Amino acid sequence: MTVDHVYDVIIVGGGHAGTEAAAAAARRGARTLLVTAKPAAIGELSCNPSIGGLGKGHLVREIDALDGLMARAADRATIHRRMLNGSKGAAVRGPRIQADRMLYRAAVQQLLREQAGLAIAAAEVTALALGPGGIVAGVHLDDERVVAGRAVVITTGTFLGAVMFRGAERMPGGRLGEHVATRLAAQMRDLDLPLGRLKTGTPARLDGRTIDWAALERQPSDREPWAMSFLPLDHAHELPQLACAITRTNVKTHAVVRDNLGHSPLFSGDIEGRGPRYCPSLEDKVLRFGDRDGHQIFLEPEGLNTHLVYPNGLSSSLPADIQRAMIRTLPGLEAAEMVVPGYAVEYDHIDPRALDRTLALPPIPGLYLAGQVNGTTGYEEAAAQGVVAGTNAAAHALDLPPLILDRAQSYIGVMIDDLCLQGITEPYRMLTARAEFRLRLRADNAATRLTPVAIDAGLAGPLRQQWWGARARAMEALGQSFDNILRPAALQQAGADVRDDGVRRSAREWARFPSVSLTHLQGALPDLREGDPLLLEEIMQDATYAPYVERQEAEVRALRANEAIALPADFDFSAIGGLSTEMIERLSMAKPATLGAAARIRGVTPAALAALLVASRQHAA
Amino acid sequence: MTRERITIFALSSGRPPCAIAIIRISGPQALVAARAVTGRDLPGPRQAALRHFREPGTGELIDEGLLLWFPAAQSITGEPLVELHCHGSQAVVRDLQDALAELPGLRAAEAGDFTRRAFANGRMDLASVEGLGDLLTAETAQQRRAAMAMMGGALSRKIEHWTGDLRRLAAQVEARLDFSDEGDVVEAGAAAGLADRIGQIADEIARELAKPSAERLKDGVRVAIGGPPNAGKSTFFNALIGRDAAIVSPIAGTTRDIIEASVAIGGIPMVIADSAGLRDSDDAIERIGVDRAEALLGAADIILWLGDQAAQPTTAGILLQVRAKADLVADGAEPDPATGFDLSAVTGEGMDRLIAALTDAAGGLMPAPGDYALSQRQRQVLARAAEALHEILGLEDEILVSECLRMALTTLDELTGRATTEAVLDELFSGFCIGK
Repeated sequence: MTVDHVYDVIIVGGGHAGTEAAAAAARRGARTLLVTAKPAAIGELSCNPSIGGLGKGHLVREIDALDGLMARAADRATIHRRMLNGSKGAAVRGPRIQADRMLYRAAVQQLLREQAGLAIAAAEVTALALGPGGIVAGVHLDDERVVAGRAVVITTGTFLGAVMFRGAERMPGGRLGEHVATRLAAQMRDLDLPLGRLKTGTPARLDGRTIDWAALERQPSDREPWAMSFLPLDHAHELPQLACAITRTNVKTHAVVRDNLGHSPLFSGDIEGRGPRYCPSLEDKVLRFGDRDGHQIFLEPEGLNTHLVYPNGLSSSLPADIQRAMIRTLPGLEAAEMVVPGYAVEYDHIDPRALDRTLALPPIPGLYLAGQVNGTTGYEEAAAQGVVAGTNAAAHALDLPPLILDRAQSYIGVMIDDLCLQGITEPYRMLTARAEFRLRLRADNAATRLTPVAIDAGLAGPLRQQWWGARARAMEALGQSFDNILRPAALQQAGADVRDDGVRRSAREWARFPSVSLTHLQGALPDLREGDPLLLEEIMQDATYAPYVERQEAEVRALRANEAIALPADFDFSAIGGLSTEMIERLSMAKPATLGAAARIRGVTPAALAALLVASRQHAA
Repeated sequence: MTRERITIFALSSGRPPCAIAIIRISGPQALVAARAVTGRDLPGPRQAALRHFREPGTGELIDEGLLLWFPAAQSITGEPLVELHCHGSQAVVRDLQDALAELPGLRAAEAGDFTRRAFANGRMDLASVEGLGDLLTAETAQQRRAAMAMMGGALSRKIEHWTGDLRRLAAQVEARLDFSDEGDVVEAGAAAGLADRIGQIADEIARELAKPSAERLKDGVRVAIGGPPNAGKSTFFNALIGRDAAIVSPIAGTTRDIIEASVAIGGIPMVIADSAGLRDSDDAIERIGVDRAEALLGAADIILWLGDQAAQPTTAGILLQVRAKADLVADGAEPDPATGFDLSAVTGEGMDRLIAALTDAAGGLMPAPGDYALSQRQRQVLARAAEALHEILGLEDEILVSECLRMALTTLDELTGRATTEAVLDELFSGFCIGK
């Protein structure tokens, strides 16, 4: 055995978590190696061809604000864009795009190539190399080499005991045609970490040439173009936009499913793992919501140069011939050809309560986990963890401060906090409802919230820093314009329906009035006509939500005050008087680092917190 | 870290001297402690047995009494719990507690320790804990019944009902916010009924807030005696409370300051106050007394007015017209019997009729028998929840509707100590077929 190069950070896996982790570690200055069995598959969108959505779009913007890859790659591959909740408040608007799979993959690979300090190796990691004291020393590769590294991030998705199900077929492996890292999995199992079993699924892929598009309702791309990334898109990357189509399941579809439930591994008892409630298989929908006579199905083109179409909502693990029969009951799909049938995957995940908020696994110093292995689902959730894990792996290797985002600051903070404290009972997906401070966590203000954090952490590349500098200056200038004082009469003249109460207010204060729009303010204040529309929109939205955000301030202060009260790492919760067995179990699993974290664990009562506080003081004394 | 979980003990009955005192011991060492002070094996759980209580070090006999214990699964604290029933002498109680304090792993309980453990071990929710606090300080039968209603979870049940509905409404809004791109949700989530139900809940909360407060139940109905000087207020006051608390003289202006007495009349706690007669006075001290009397009458729940009907003070409360010197007045000048009471505080004539009317009036200010009463804190929390709900009625932006629902729910959680977000998501996923 020979020891190859020495790296600061080694990333295992080239999915969305792995690529973001690798790029983030490298941006932070770590000499980084990404190891993947198939470098050509880096950046693969293995399930649906869309990126973003409600909650998820917020994550993409936050990844971008931290100078991650996902939004920039998405902008280079967008063939359909849709701002969800466009008619609702900005805080819940969710940008979602559909990507050309090949272009997206190419864009991610291009961005990685451009990243200094990052190497990519084609190999399978067979095991972690551990040094004296059980700390991370590197990884063993399948070609007998050992690569030394100070920190390792594992992002290998469903590598732990994944099995694919389709009818009576069983195939070990996480996804079609992918390797399973079984030896690494065995090593992880030997660590005796708490594990859980989950289930996910994917629909069949259809040949678009066999779909009767003319018979279906079209869903066009948004008329006004917008970008996922805050960085301006080079217009050379602007692609033609495709429309999606909408069809519906019907009683005939449901009858096919019902008649064949006996062939479904979901109901034969073969699949034990919990599936996501928000992304059920068609079998689940038919069974659990039997009173409904139809479910919407979106037909999403997978790219500009492919005929593949993704029927979003038709996830199924029925045998292939039954899937074909079922699909052909849908309007517009009467003659549809199935290129690849759908399937279900069951896999083990690590109980994320074993992690700390840097996504490190404390029993093995230097080891970080990100993505599906932590029990999440979705590209965006994986990528966001990748940024945090990669950043912190670099911090570990280079002795830099860790990056910990809090709930009042970001969806990423909400997700990691939820994972580390509550654990999961189903694949974790971001929802805006999970963020109690979502009025301040908008997709449009992610850069304001996080780019300064990225710059402070040394996580922002030169281009991002340059952009931020210009943006900050423009924002400051606009801010000064909004400080201009306006009389009610001036707004009335501009067409705003306001009462002339004789009170002079700044433009910012006027912006809080529901009856005052940006157009009114621009009418009264010529300075504002020149401003960047995105910045103007952000200021207007800030003003709209300001009263509510101010009311939440007390909650945020309480959160941060409780975050300042550290609980000892070796706290024996079972030794604290007055805690119920259930609370002791939850606290022991989550090992909250602070009183605030303990307060958020479900089932922990105010009285129990008082007991914790008292006990932590006694412990310190 | 190996630190013993502390076992606590405290005198759980009233303050000695009294007939019987009960010392409670709760925690992992409770049974060991019971064996140590009795020097014998314990009786079966929840069975009383006569025991000698001794100083464990010296074996010196402190008292003889009953010992009773409850296993953790059946005790109010959720821990092993021992009760020592001893004689209520100060010396016995003190010596027995001193003896317990000497035992390893035991310490005297701090205020609220027992309740805190009960709460922490899931034996009670916050509303019940507050009910228990009231029960322990309840002095009249009515106070006790109200405390029992609260402890039995009457308020918790009502809150549960509201939060259940609010969670369902929140789930509808969240479904529209987080899954608006799904046809299923848009149909099912038509906002119909949201404002109606929110309005109803706000009204129900308002009705709770309109109910008598726990403070009145605990502190008593404020009854003030008022009238001009030398109207016989103090004689009447003494007759009402059944003892000579106020100095009585024929000199007008004898009562300068306010004299109060807490009494239970007809089982209803009342604070009855005698005040200076209302007149313009040059006497600086009497003037202060008159000002105070006016303030007292202004704050009273019930005024017993001994002056002219024409000179009745305005009040938001109840006013009973009284002519207190019936023994001195000649027939003919009686006030209207429908609104006035003739009585003689000296002879007691007519007092029964007045006391019956006073009890009636005061009873109306009390919670109905078996109903609970809200504490100041509970009222404040409910008022905040109601405010958040009212705000929703004027909102169109669903994210702000959702924010107000979240505030209402987290506010109500302050009363029962439960958590919200995950519960709303559970509601959402069970109610809607979500997922493309």
